[in-house]
Amino acid sequence: MEQKNTVLIDGQVVEINGEKNILELTRKIGIDIPTFCYHSELSLYGACRMCVVEVEGRGIMASCSTPPTPGMKILTNSPRVQRVRRTVLELLLANHDRECTTCDRNGSCKLQDLSNRFGVKKIRFGERDVKLPLDHSSRSLVRDPNKCILCGDCVRMCSEVQGIGVLDFAGRGSQTVVAPAFNKNLAEVECVNCGQCAAVCPTGAIVVKDETDRAWAALNDPTKTVVVQVAPAVRVALGEEFGLPAGEIVTGKLVAALKRLGFDKVFDTSITADLTVIEETNEFIKRLQSGERLPQFTSCCPGWVKFAEHNGADFLNNLSSCRSPQQMFGSLVKKHWAKDLGKKPDEIFVVSIMPCTAKKYEAALSNMTTEGVADVDLVLTTQELARMIREAGLVFDQLDVESFDTPFGFTTGAGVIFGATGGVAEAVLRAAHEFVTGQPIEQVNFEAVRGFADRKEATVEIDGQEIKVAVVHGLGNAKKLLEEIREGKADYHIIEVMACPGGCIGGAGQPISPDRETKKQRAKGIYNADKLSQLRKAQDNPMVAKFYERWLKEPNSAEAHEALHTTYSNRGRITGEEIQLIAGEQPKVDIAVCVGTCCYLDGSYDTLQKLMKLTETEQVQDRINLHATFCLEQCEKGPVIKVDDEIINAVTPETVEKVFKEKILKKLAAAGE
Amino acid sequence: MKQEGIIEAQQEDRGTTHQRKFEKVNEIIGRLGRSRSALVPILQEVQEEYRYLPEEILTYIATALGLSPASVYGVATFYAQFSLEAKGKYVIKICDGTACHVRGSNPVLEAIKKRVNLQGNKSTTDDLRYTVETVSCLGACGLAPVVMINDKIYGQMTPEAINIIIDELEKEDAADE
Repeated sequence: MEQKNTVLIDGQVVEINGEKNILELTRKIGIDIPTFCYHSELSLYGACRMCVVEVEGRGIMASCSTPPTPGMKILTNSPRVQRVRRTVLELLLANHDRECTTCDRNGSCKLQDLSNRFGVKKIRFGERDVKLPLDHSSRSLVRDPNKCILCGDCVRMCSEVQGIGVLDFAGRGSQTVVAPAFNKNLAEVECVNCGQCAAVCPTGAIVVKDETDRAWAALNDPTKTVVVQVAPAVRVALGEEFGLPAGEIVTGKLVAALKRLGFDKVFDTSITADLTVIEETNEFIKRLQSGERLPQFTSCCPGWVKFAEHNGADFLNNLSSCRSPQQMFGSLVKKHWAKDLGKKPDEIFVVSIMPCTAKKYEAALSNMTTEGVADVDLVLTTQELARMIREAGLVFDQLDVESFDTPFGFTTGAGVIFGATGGVAEAVLRAAHEFVTGQPIEQVNFEAVRGFADRKEATVEIDGQEIKVAVVHGLGNAKKLLEEIREGKADYHIIEVMACPGGCIGGAGQPISPDRETKKQRAKGIYNADKLSQLRKAQDNPMVAKFYERWLKEPNSAEAHEALHTTYSNRGRITGEEIQLIAGEQPKVDIAVCVGTCCYLDGSYDTLQKLMKLTETEQVQDRINLHATFCLEQCEKGPVIKVDDEIINAVTPETVEKVFKEKILKKLAAAGE
Repeated sequence: MKQEGIIEAQQEDRGTTHQRKFEKVNEIIGRLGRSRSALVPILQEVQEEYRYLPEEILTYIATALGLSPASVYGVATFYAQFSLEAKGKYVIKICDGTACHVRGSNPVLEAIKKRVNLQGNKSTTDDLRYTVETVSCLGACGLAPVVMINDKIYGQMTPEAINIIIDELEKEDAADE
């Protein structure tokens, strides 16, 4: 009796059951083959060579990119394999800045871990003598090319999962680096600060910007009242930093730790998530009744918002105008609660503990301020908070639980589930029915929008009308959805988008976790916290009702708009130069034609060509400047041209002649006199 | 005198050349198609036009092909044939391979640099007329030392000979203008 579909791994017979590569097969039987560039969510790359195994008759092979074939005899730990692995590590280390003690990833670095595990004691090769400059430009991330091992995880994460492609390999051979286009800084390109690159980076080449120093400074400043808000997703992940299982709800200990660190008040962002639900649902119902600006997109994820500002300018009107819960919190504290305390906005220092790196960027936006002071002064990630707890010497596991302070401490399950993909949509659904019909719904669980599927859909009936809901997470999935809507292939009323796979629980500020299982456990924790809540619907939150009574009057009121809503702006994809086309000797009129993505697709090149012909036939080349530019930030009505300071939308090849005569020739005539 | 003439001529054609080149870029993209696999041929032809790959044109190509600018930059920096810096009208490559080196390529290089007024580490003259590069071997060791100007090979160079060749180039240019 011969077993056909089996291989022999280290003498053990193993059945092939659809595994795509040897690596999966070995992991199934409990052998942890080391990898840098292998991630189950990303495409195969086969670059790091750490996963080598010895296959009889074929020699050393990369197990990640070799499919198992029946009868294979595989050795995963032969002397030859050991030797190759160690050499690979040595070579990687030779090119790596080995300042481990001062590295942000000290202790969570895969390179450090594997070097230790495989007993690399000495590096026989020299060190790299040229130090490349660090990129500190981003609000959220720091890039250190000297620590990059060129595994390409960040490159593939950004392009495959997030659909953006900010980073790619540049140069060749020993000069190869991973860099944004034209070696620009992250702040100059279309990076949305989601930080997923840092989350998959096995070393410290891309890390979350550490701002714990600013937190300590504020805590030690006697003139400041320091308050802290904690996002829902933090409470189910922080425990991992202290050896507790993923998904364990550690809210009580977390609050206790923050109080021991010296924060004057400890609040819960979930309460402003409840507020978001009320504002956003009312906004949605208004749009639904008027039939305008649908589908409505959620706007609590700053990564998604920035992505839309770069790539979805035609949808910016569809975004809910609600600020994110973090910013609603900051705004309420600085605009209203400060007055209760008799304090000025700059006497209160608002810290956020977030699972997210993009929140750092969001808090620094110039329109998120009160009397010129930032609403949220400092954003710390879950990782940074863990660092502070360790620095203060608090033994997390032994802390006695404490509860959030009032007034921003009482929350419902609806606010808590914001932490997982589908949560915002579910919370809105819990409210929408009641707001329209006046009747509360019995069944508050909307299982269809939960889970980790790329796109989740549900149809809900509200007062006889079918409401189609879609939930996507990971910006690549959002990009696909936007394309389908543009092509008329998809049609929804309300769409939730979260930039990170899994939603906020999978944010890049969370403890480094390589696998999807951890994220699933955290999501489970979030839904458990919801189940444990006495109140499950945002509209039942008595504290939120009080905010309206005292400060905001009613949902979507002028007061609410002032404090809780925002506007968006188009952003070009990349900063940079324009293409000079005609540089007149004595220019009187300056004309720019947008050839950015949206306008290009709208046919701006044909417009441009026609315009160039017109300048020729009218013989005005000497008196104009003409250039092609990359974004005039009016993407919804392309092709866009700019004549001096005036922006003109929808200039098609058919209408360009009229515009030319009415705007440009007239101006020239006026200038000629 | 001559220098002024050159700058004037350049200013004169600035307006129309930019326009013509940009039209050419679009013609190239239109002809070769907007698929990923057309990227390298597009870059090659665009470089023919501009003599290098300007950043804004690379961004434009990325937009047209639906690629990220970082990917296009990656391809452009991978191949030695592409240059992201403006090159001169005449690219002078002087061979510094073993054979050329021993037959005196260095004095020739110095003579060229002096002649076109290039100092320090700069490789292209300010008026974008000349780019001077050293290469490892042009495969014509029998003619050492060898200089290549654009597509033309000049063998057995001496500092005096190279000056005569550059004189010729300038004469031709003056006639063209």
